[in-house]
Amino acid sequence: MPNSVTPGQGAPENGEQAVDRREFLKEACGLAGPILLGVISLPALAGEVVGQEPQRRLYGMGIDVSKCIGCGRCAAACKIENDVPAEPRYFNTWVERYVIQTDGEVVVDSPNGGIDGFPPTVSEGEIERTFFVPKLCNHCIDAPCVQVCPVGATFITEDGVVLVDQDYCIGCRYCIQACPYGARWMHPEKNVASKCTWCYHRLKRGLVPACVEVCPTGARIFGEVEGRATPLARHLRMNEIQVLKPHLNTKPKVFYAHLDGEVR
Amino acid sequence: MQGYIYPNEIELQWGLLVVLYPYLTGLVAGAFILASLERVFNVKEVQPTYRLALLTALAFLIVAPLPLQAHLGHPERSYEIFLTPNPRSAMAMFGFVYLWYLAVVLLLELWFDYRRDFVLWSRQAHGLKRWFYYALTLGATDISERSLRFDDTAGRWITIIGIPSAFLLHGYVGFIFGSVKANPWWSSVLMPVVFLFSAIVSGIALVLVIYMITTMVRSKAVDMACLDKLATFLFYAMVIDFSLEMLDFIHRLYESEESISILSQMISSRLFISLIILQILLGTLVPMIALGVLSPALWKGGLIKVTEELRRLSYLGSSVLVLIGIFSIRWNVVIGGQLFSKSLRGLTVYKLDVFGLEGVLVATGLMILPFLLLWGMVRVAPPWADARPQE
Repeated sequence: MPNSVTPGQGAPENGEQAVDRREFLKEACGLAGPILLGVISLPALAGEVVGQEPQRRLYGMGIDVSKCIGCGRCAAACKIENDVPAEPRYFNTWVERYVIQTDGEVVVDSPNGGIDGFPPTVSEGEIERTFFVPKLCNHCIDAPCVQVCPVGATFITEDGVVLVDQDYCIGCRYCIQACPYGARWMHPEKNVASKCTWCYHRLKRGLVPACVEVCPTGARIFGEVEGRATPLARHLRMNEIQVLKPHLNTKPKVFYAHLDGEVR
Repeated sequence: MQGYIYPNEIELQWGLLVVLYPYLTGLVAGAFILASLERVFNVKEVQPTYRLALLTALAFLIVAPLPLQAHLGHPERSYEIFLTPNPRSAMAMFGFVYLWYLAVVLLLELWFDYRRDFVLWSRQAHGLKRWFYYALTLGATDISERSLRFDDTAGRWITIIGIPSAFLLHGYVGFIFGSVKANPWWSSVLMPVVFLFSAIVSGIALVLVIYMITTMVRSKAVDMACLDKLATFLFYAMVIDFSLEMLDFIHRLYESEESISILSQMISSRLFISLIILQILLGTLVPMIALGVLSPALWKGGLIKVTEELRRLSYLGSSVLVLIGIFSIRWNVVIGGQLFSKSLRGLTVYKLDVFGLEGVLVATGLMILPFLLLWGMVRVAPPWADARPQE
């Protein structure tokens, strides 16, 4: 489980050392390239270096549903890290429990977003299968919330994170209506739309989001979507991947493995 | 709460104020389209309501953005919609559509129509009043036959531009809801069209009610030919509106997409009173049957002949029911669209407050405000034919 995003996993580099290394690589390529590899392979090498520029990153998250134990630590950590109001109606991330009975009945719950754990299953029918599903903003590539914002207060960063400019949001709540995943909420004190930022302040320091950090089973994997040698890339390569509500064509960037068809 | 809803859905985002907004703009568009009938299509019978309808549209248009403004989390930032609109956002166009309609269409049309009267009132009045009316003329005091002919032509052209503008104003409000693909109750290509025709229905009903009441207050005789024509138009508009709504309903039922189960649950429980009873039964079927039978819409003199008195009463009653019914439509769209979870697994409830910004009191105030404005406007610029100044 990664507890920090190393450069190979697409870390944001703002440390001096990292910049030095990049400068060094650039120069090394510039000098050694033509000599050692010939002119043809130079663009490929140079491209790899450019690939670590912030604007070329595209962050995503993987979730392995089979690994989630429903402890709710992710949801709890998120509330602390991002100063989310404690009331059980404001969540950047939450965990849902699905109980599917043999008669086809599906019972879903998420008491306090799963933060306090889940009470014992009370099911009238015989249980066929049951599992937990962590939910959060999908940081969609074609995000409907970004489309509808009348003033452009919500936007997608160059590295693919959907954010809200809290000094700009007029609080019309259209974005909350437009989100198919129920991932946005209205901040009761700031009176602006709020949502998961993938802990953008942590990303910029080379750390992974708090929910990923605290997950004891490694059910959440964070990194670059397009990188090769990253845990997320491995997650995408080794599993059959599904996204939520694909028919809405929002192109979500939370990639679920072992997702049940009942999850909406 | 029933079933499962996403935790962030416990709080309803749009309340009573957002219900008011499409209701008010609908009344504006409807009243204007009624006025346009007389002007463009030369429907002489409804002439007594022409100016009244325009003033009604203006009064309601001035109030229409207030509930929107009031429900914003940061009303002080609302001007950003004009300064930095997001061109991809349907809502961002609101300011421009609204301004176009207010400034270019309604105010201009009223000004051209009233200019002669403003000039005469300014000539006949004394003191402050004289200057007030002079200011309203904007200095254009020429009332020769030639310039009055120009006023008429200009007014006609503005009306011709105004009809598609009125369609735009309210069709666009429907689009704000109809284009939300995340919400199966809203997401429908028919939404703008249904909004538009329900707007026309509500506008005609409103003008009919205002016309009858003002005539009564002024102790004048109601022009029965005008009322019959209004009732006839109201009936036709209702038939189209109801057909479209039924088309939407049957289409949803027949397609039976994954949302159908939760939507059916919502209709039969949470929306039973507001949709089945108020919107369909009392707001549509009862007045439609009454108008169809008593007005000359289907048969000259009405299918059932009754006294004028009874006919007038039935028109008034039907119109009031229609106004309640159209309000229910707005309620069912705005509130209904938030009563079910986007997980399609549960229903939530909307608690209506009495006090507070989103409460009944504020909403009632906002509903009364356009009538006060209209009263003021009628005082300044009486729309009645017998109040027109003579040279």
